[in-house]
Amino acid sequence: MRSATATDLFAGTGRLVRLALRRDRILLPVWIASISSLAGAVVTSYAATLPSEAERAVTAAFGAANPMARVFDGPASGTTLGAMAMVEAYKILAILTALMSAQAIVRHTRQDEETGRAELLGSAVVGRHARLTAALVVTLGANLVLGAAVACVLAADGLPWSGSWAAGLAVGGAGWVFAGIAALSAQVFATARGANAAAGAALGVAFLLRAVGDLLGDVADSGVEVVSAWPSWLSPLGWGQQVRPFYQDNWWISGLFLGLTATLVAGAFVLTSHRDVGSGMVPARSGPVHAPRGLPSTMGLAWRLQRGVLGVWLLGLTGFGAAFGAVGESAEDLVSGNDGVQQMLDRMAPDAGILDLYTTFLMAIIGIAAAGYTVQALLRMRAEEVTGRLEPVLATGVGRRQWLATHVVIAAAGTTTILALSGLAGGLVHAGMAGSWAGVGDLLAAALVQVPAALALGGFVVALFGLLPRWSGPLAWAALAVALVMGQLGSLLDLPQWALNLSPFTHVPRVPAEAFSVTPVILLLLAAVALGAVGFAAFRRRDLAIGA
Amino acid sequence: MEQVIRTRGLTKSFGSTRALDGVDLTVGRGEVHGFLGPNGAGKSTTIRVLLGLLRKDAGEATLLDGDPWRDAVALHRRLAYVPGDVQLWPNLSGGEAIDLLGGLRGSMDHARRDELVDRFQLDPTKRCSAYSKGNRQKVAIVAGLASDVELYLLDEPTSGLDPLMETVFQDVVREITTAGGTVLLSSHILAEAEALCDTVSIIRDGRIVESGSLAALRHLTRTTLHVTTREPLDGLETTPGVFDIVMSDGGYTARFEVEADHLGGVIEHIGQHGVVSLTSAPPTLEELFLRHYGDELAALANGNGNSHGAGTGTGETGHVHGRRRRAEGSR
Repeated sequence: MRSATATDLFAGTGRLVRLALRRDRILLPVWIASISSLAGAVVTSYAATLPSEAERAVTAAFGAANPMARVFDGPASGTTLGAMAMVEAYKILAILTALMSAQAIVRHTRQDEETGRAELLGSAVVGRHARLTAALVVTLGANLVLGAAVACVLAADGLPWSGSWAAGLAVGGAGWVFAGIAALSAQVFATARGANAAAGAALGVAFLLRAVGDLLGDVADSGVEVVSAWPSWLSPLGWGQQVRPFYQDNWWISGLFLGLTATLVAGAFVLTSHRDVGSGMVPARSGPVHAPRGLPSTMGLAWRLQRGVLGVWLLGLTGFGAAFGAVGESAEDLVSGNDGVQQMLDRMAPDAGILDLYTTFLMAIIGIAAAGYTVQALLRMRAEEVTGRLEPVLATGVGRRQWLATHVVIAAAGTTTILALSGLAGGLVHAGMAGSWAGVGDLLAAALVQVPAALALGGFVVALFGLLPRWSGPLAWAALAVALVMGQLGSLLDLPQWALNLSPFTHVPRVPAEAFSVTPVILLLLAAVALGAVGFAAFRRRDLAIGA
Repeated sequence: MEQVIRTRGLTKSFGSTRALDGVDLTVGRGEVHGFLGPNGAGKSTTIRVLLGLLRKDAGEATLLDGDPWRDAVALHRRLAYVPGDVQLWPNLSGGEAIDLLGGLRGSMDHARRDELVDRFQLDPTKRCSAYSKGNRQKVAIVAGLASDVELYLLDEPTSGLDPLMETVFQDVVREITTAGGTVLLSSHILAEAEALCDTVSIIRDGRIVESGSLAALRHLTRTTLHVTTREPLDGLETTPGVFDIVMSDGGYTARFEVEADHLGGVIEHIGQHGVVSLTSAPPTLEELFLRHYGDELAALANGNGNSHGAGTGTGETGHVHGRRRRAEGSR
């Protein structure tokens, strides 16, 4: 028998690339335009807020010494406008790029296998490696375009070309690595959801590693640069920051990006050659002959469908909370040895201690992340509908309201549980390290005040599901991305207050750094209920989307 | 007879595509009613309107004396639905999926369920993701037919089943009707409908074009006669109601079609020639069907999609039907 030649393995790649580009002709350009214009907007507003070198020097020195900036932004890298803007903006740019890349890879690999499209393609003149190759060509190519777009936008803002290209490298390089991670996870996990979740978990770990590395790093003699500790070098997000655009322009880091991406991609190709189309690496076990008592009910079914996603998020965010609870202890130590930082923090928030500020920052991030769960859990309803699995269910004695309500209840309870456990874990770990239980309640409270905001976003998703079902997926994720950007960069971008007010997280009381206020919490809950009611009413009135 | 399903002038559009264009469908209690038509004619859309999954644009629809949209949940407890292309939860076993759907309806006969799993030779321990199309279909059939309800809505239920299982399916449907159940069976497999149905409705482009008992419908179309006579059979060409004559054996043997209304006259005519043997084949459902779709087939045979009064030229048909198929999601 003739062994397959390399050409055979990759046959049809060109056509599949064109197919992928056709399918993504709106999505990828929107991602690229949004991320690159966000980079430009940060620089523009930074230039307006801190026009003089002297002002920037003060801010940079504070950023280098301030543990919060080191944990949640990145390592200070000098006083040029471009460098400081990139230190602040990089995490968001990189997270969005990583999500764009991972989702694109999974969309064109595992998701196609799940829907059976891959089988149809595989029967045509399409080589074993063609689908993965096409997905990589499109995604890695999109990151090249994105990197170039970021460079051009920054240069158009008047920044030097060299640093602009370095910034493009830092953003696109992170995208490459996460494309590689998704390529691998798409081979290991049998569902698109699982593959995306694994890539998301990798993103969380990458963020954590660089946060620890930057926190434990040293301030250089100049006082405006942080030399990161080794954990930062284990994280692709850390590498992007170590490029230090407009400061050092460390081009050699492109080798790290390339090397890791190549290794991950090679691993993915090896796995592709060793598995069947449609299956993962873990074989399916046989199941029970009869359903367990709890399953045949509306709630039983919803719970069965939702419990896996909830478990993964619960594990992920509880771990994230615990890890950052541990980091908080070190942050406290760092400040207590530095009078200058202490004074500046006192000026920023006179009534709050360092731990209060840290907790507030941390929970703002965890709140948005938990809303990611809320969105995913609620969009499961849309997935059930479009795959045609909802149709036989609604043809039984299950009413539409009842079915919708079970998913909404699980999503709401799940969101609350995730935030509570995440805050509790952070509080307990910190308490264990500090030897004092004082902070536990604060962390828990700071986590729980995020619940109404996440639920308000959830209400928005339910309304979309009822009113604009076809667009509910893209619009729900876009709303989450907007909330993320506003929460992290809103004040920096100098957005008008009405725009910031659109994000529910803008209204979350900044507990414990500031006093708790009950009004916004009640308003957020009312918004959640009102939006949800709109969704319920609209879903009862509309046609069901039929068939896969 | 009590009417279990009754629609009058039912219409439903998806965007600019008119999927149902005034459907009048009546199904009496205890009937097995065949609902026939090719892909995209509106069978699934009609059934989904009857299930309250789609909302009608205009017309009336009554199901078990209730309103399919308003009383959906109450009605669903009294009926079972088997879709033609069922999608199941990949991580549930087939047995779990059956119990789930039965449990949600609230009327599963568990002994009957186990019996049907056996008769359809379904392995209930397999995950739904591992099932073939035919096995997924068996899950839906068992879940639907194991429930003790008044009305069974079966939408191309046997697509993907092998002939052996098709026979089992027909047996089970007969058991259901013996027990007093009413069945609406949508199909484009005419042999299946012919084997099971008392009455049929033929739908075309969103309209019912023929409806009635199979016997009455047969009356509307031609019977095929095969005759051998002692004397050469002449004068057939001029006999009213005779078509498609094929003579052989030097004029002693003939095969031709006769319109039902003229059967008496034709028998009288051939009787004068001394009949040696006579076989008559009643019109098949296929012939009935072709009567209504014949022009479409002719257009297809002519090729090149010449524009056509009914808008059924090849190129255009493919397009229009393609769109409608997507809109209603049937295959």
